[in-house]
Amino acid sequence: MHYILRRTGGALLVLVLAFTAAYILLAALPGDAVLARYGNPDLGLTAEQLAEIRAAYGADRPVVLQYLETAGSFLQGDLGYSVQSGAAVSALLAEALPSTLTLAGLALVVAVVLAVAIAFTATHGSLRGTRLTHWLRGTLRGLPPLMVSLPVFWIGIVLIQVFSFQLGLVPVLNASPIQSLILPVSTLAIPIAAPLAQVLIRSIDEVSAQPFVAVSRARGASTWWLLWRTVARNALLPTLTMAGLLFGELVGGAVVTETVFARMGIGQLTAQAVAARDTPVLMAVVVLSTVVFVLINLIVDLMYPVLDARLRRTGATAPTRRATVTAR
Amino acid sequence: MSTHSQAQTSQPQSQAQAQTQPPTQPPTQTQPPTQTQSPAQARPLALRPATGARRLVTAGPTVVLSALVLLLALAWALAPELFTSFSPTASAGPSLQAPSGDHWFGTDATGRDVFSRVVHGASHSITAAIVAVTVGLVVGTTIGVIAGAVGGLVEEALMRVVDVLLAIPGLLLSLSVVILLGFGTTNAAIAVGITSIATFARLSRSRVLAVRQSEYVEAAFGSGGTLPAILWRHILPNSAAPVIALAALQLGSAILQISTLGFLGYGAPPPTPEWGLLISEGRDYVATAWWLTLLPGLVVAAVVLSTNRLSNAIGKREQA
Amino acid sequence: MSAQAQPQTPETAPSQAQPLLEISDLSVAYRTRRGAVEAVRGIDLAVARGSVTALVGESGSGKSTAAQSAIGLLADNGTVTGGSITLTGADGRGEQLVGLPERAWRELRGTRIGLIPQDPTSSLDPVRTIGASVAEPLRIHGWRDREQIQARVLELLEQVGLDAPATRARQYPHELSGGMRQRALIAAALALEPELLIADEPTSALDVTVQATVLDLIDELREATGAGVLLITHDLAVAADRADSLVVMRHGRVEEAGPTSRVLANPSAAYTRTLLADAPSLRQVVERSPRRPGPDEAPLVQVRGLCQEFTSPGSAEPFLAVHDLSFDIPRGTTHALVGESGSGKTTTGRAITAFRRPTAGSILVGGTEVTELGTGRRLREFRSTVQLVHQNPFGSLDPRQTIAAILEEPLKNTRRGNRAQRRSAALHHLELVSLPREVATRRPRELSGGQRQRVAIARALILQPDVVVLDEAVSALDVTVQAQILRLLARLQDELGLTYVFISHDLAVVRQVADTVSVLRRGRQVEHGQVTQVLQDPQHDYTRQLLAAIPGTDRTHPGPGRRPEPGGDHEPRHRDPDAHHDLSRPDPDGHPAPSRRHDHEEIPAS
Repeated sequence: MHYILRRTGGALLVLVLAFTAAYILLAALPGDAVLARYGNPDLGLTAEQLAEIRAAYGADRPVVLQYLETAGSFLQGDLGYSVQSGAAVSALLAEALPSTLTLAGLALVVAVVLAVAIAFTATHGSLRGTRLTHWLRGTLRGLPPLMVSLPVFWIGIVLIQVFSFQLGLVPVLNASPIQSLILPVSTLAIPIAAPLAQVLIRSIDEVSAQPFVAVSRARGASTWWLLWRTVARNALLPTLTMAGLLFGELVGGAVVTETVFARMGIGQLTAQAVAARDTPVLMAVVVLSTVVFVLINLIVDLMYPVLDARLRRTGATAPTRRATVTAR
Repeated sequence: MSTHSQAQTSQPQSQAQAQTQPPTQPPTQTQPPTQTQSPAQARPLALRPATGARRLVTAGPTVVLSALVLLLALAWALAPELFTSFSPTASAGPSLQAPSGDHWFGTDATGRDVFSRVVHGASHSITAAIVAVTVGLVVGTTIGVIAGAVGGLVEEALMRVVDVLLAIPGLLLSLSVVILLGFGTTNAAIAVGITSIATFARLSRSRVLAVRQSEYVEAAFGSGGTLPAILWRHILPNSAAPVIALAALQLGSAILQISTLGFLGYGAPPPTPEWGLLISEGRDYVATAWWLTLLPGLVVAAVVLSTNRLSNAIGKREQA
Repeated sequence: MSAQAQPQTPETAPSQAQPLLEISDLSVAYRTRRGAVEAVRGIDLAVARGSVTALVGESGSGKSTAAQSAIGLLADNGTVTGGSITLTGADGRGEQLVGLPERAWRELRGTRIGLIPQDPTSSLDPVRTIGASVAEPLRIHGWRDREQIQARVLELLEQVGLDAPATRARQYPHELSGGMRQRALIAAALALEPELLIADEPTSALDVTVQATVLDLIDELREATGAGVLLITHDLAVAADRADSLVVMRHGRVEEAGPTSRVLANPSAAYTRTLLADAPSLRQVVERSPRRPGPDEAPLVQVRGLCQEFTSPGSAEPFLAVHDLSFDIPRGTTHALVGESGSGKTTTGRAITAFRRPTAGSILVGGTEVTELGTGRRLREFRSTVQLVHQNPFGSLDPRQTIAAILEEPLKNTRRGNRAQRRSAALHHLELVSLPREVATRRPRELSGGQRQRVAIARALILQPDVVVLDEAVSALDVTVQAQILRLLARLQDELGLTYVFISHDLAVVRQVADTVSVLRRGRQVEHGQVTQVLQDPQHDYTRQLLAAIPGTDRTHPGPGRRPEPGGDHEPRHRDPDAHHDLSRPDPDGHPAPSRRHDHEEIPAS
């Protein structure tokens, strides 16, 4: 109980701090958005008119007050108004969200399948094998580092080049909704799958070197048995902590992917907001993704003791694990 | 949040380590690529260059190849005119020529030599990446070392800052900074550097904590050593190598992130031959001129892959 | 609660001609970056049905490699380069194990060959229950019926002497003590009643009293099932107690082999004689002249009412690591703190060296009150009076420094001498610990464990302290090296008039090096006084238990050193402090680790 409270409290603190940081970066420091939009001399507004507009937007009051007000309205779901279009940010986001969720969700599924396939095949039976399997394993192990080294936008362009123009497999124009998802999902899946596969491979390797795995083998376990019954459970635990990181990658990847494929969505919205210096939109995107990130990590933190009995007792620190680690 | 307190376990080392290989073994050696940024570098580390080179060779062909790729990229950045006689910005012939003996990477829509643009782009992209890594390394390790060495409330406060930096997805954080600072390569580099502060801080803190708990540090305290002396003599040198490995890794990742910002149009303005921008410009010709995106992209990938490989090799070396 | 409940097969007389396991001319090589390394070079060895063969050797002797090849679990880069390994079944049919395909190996492992691993802590899957781990061999080998499996698991857990088997089966490894974990692992190894048990240093990670009971258990089970046991150990005394025949290995070769009694009484190889001479539980290792201080001489170290509590976040109850401890140490003598994991001996040592301020009590060293030193300059000045030598010489030297720099550092810290003087002091102290001068320019990783420990001792002495606290300073070393270091320590004490606080779990060593002793158990001093008196006429049960648990003591009894017959009384089990270890008392390693260097790390390297 103590553990849950502590973790939740910590998460809330980070949220508050992150919101403050975002506010400072995007609202307080750049000066107010009103000036950015209406300050242009071409509009021919007089100083009085400007001041009026500022007063109407509440931009003339002290920063702290504005900060608190913004925080209050964010809590109520009012995310402000786009400087560029004047539309409510919440409406813009709500409109863009389904498309991005579909893209990101599918990409995540593909990435997990891909990563697990790569990691398990690359580590399967790290014992002896034929020359071919040895070679195959080496190649697979080399794949994730290669995948993280590729610029996401480049992957997208090359996929279009190859599959749409060279091979003509996926139509560029008049594509069905499903067809139009194939290449973006593949593009986004690669940068997600790569770090996941790397961490999986590494933790499978680490767990495989543990004495209890050797003991399982001494009981007659086959390679498959070891992988599924002994190694996988232990190796998946550290992978869980990747969840937050992967979300960050998904967000970044979505911005790039949606730009490359000119898909409407949160990513595209973000990219346009930056180009137009539409800080309220960017602010909302930053705050919302931070909330999701913090939530994901909170869930992971709270799930850990459920999955790993060693962390279950008081939850605070687990000296046994430390002893285990230092024993060697 | 998400600070599984360091002492707790080696497993949920979550984000900081998730994408970075640097191991947690006591280090024994430093390595060239990012040497100049190492905080421990000021100290003579008895690095024998001869053995360093020999170690590199024994490390395996891929490591040697990676080192060569990086050296070549650095040379491009330092003296591009040695590698190409064409101007990166002026037309050098007919437009949209496929790669040939004259134009290795072909020419773009305005007839500029793409290879020359890639070579000249190295100075933008690699310099920017070095700036980014320096920002992350200096600020991050300072935070991490202070947090690890001082402890208490200072550590709590600093690590909360780090948590916040981690909580905002990387690209969004750098976009926010770019919006604040304005577009341009240097600003993009600083923005990317800020996103890596947290990773450096976490790693260096955990290293400092680990080394601080070592028996040789206790022995040094036990013979009357003071914290500053011990920090300088034992803790920093023994924490350095994984941080250097991370710096190498971050160099590659910074190249990618900066090119992403360039691609999105927030980096250098055209006609700067920055790598991300370069690839972006080829987008309009995907149907006809494959070389405009494919070849520069392969160069970026090769450089990034090489830094990853080297980082990995540094990490492995420390484990041996 | 009975091991003899089902004596499986009153085994027919094993045919002497066909031992259960026969290894002949076996060679094993490892491929490394520096080329092939031969770890085992043509060894012969046999294990007879129902008997124990001990494979004895120091680290790097190849004993573990030999054992691994007998169960087909060599590391990836290891290969059998020659020789044969034959496993002969009860029906007299021999099977050649060298070159056996993996599939065939899998059918043997767990069914005909069982493994009892070295470190019970890391050998159990941390995220699975004890019951699941014990059931694993059954499941692997085709058992499907859940109830049947559960019944067998409970039966096995009971057989290995775990109380409340049903509860244990549901618990996770971290909820059990080391001894209980090892019992669970033995249960798993026995699940399918293998003919051959390979016990790879089965007790080297355990406390002495637990070690004795676990070895007793293996013996009982061997008697009950008629299995043959291949016992791998670094401890000649353990082998002497438990084995019918001994095989002494060194550098991958067999130095000597034969029936235990013959080898011990009349060793033919010089190496065996050295091993015997250096085993503190078998022979007098160190000659020292006990110092008798004058009656009115004030003791150099005075500990009074020392208490140390640790509070852990989440549990309200503070844990008493040390409770009301008092003793005196006269100048120039050695006082030993003896006890098992969690006894508080290391905590006491850290209090004396001022690394941790005790909760209550007083520590006077040469008139200075250690508990009131604070953290500033006075503390740093005091440091040169008392020095600590750690257990693990691999962790206590900075891998980046040269030996000279390591030795000069204390002088720099205390601003003694100039550069040249510091250097010559360093060289002098190298000489003092019998290391050649050339060592000065090397780095720790270029030295052996024994050499490193000498450097650590030299570093402790360079400040010319009055008191040196030796925290298990010889426990991680091979027995021959350990003997050398013990002799070195005795010599230094004579020459420099040092006072030692000797922290150890090993009564056999303490008996030989200490003048006075405090026996600690769970933070309390159960007995203290002159070593001769305490150890010859122990007043406390626990001291007697510790003494009885010293391996090799059986040698002094008549008879071949066999354990009491199974089916006789169950005396050994009652001694097991481990069996009383119940839920009301948290696991020793479950306590808040007071520091990284908890007593629990006292795991001797094999």
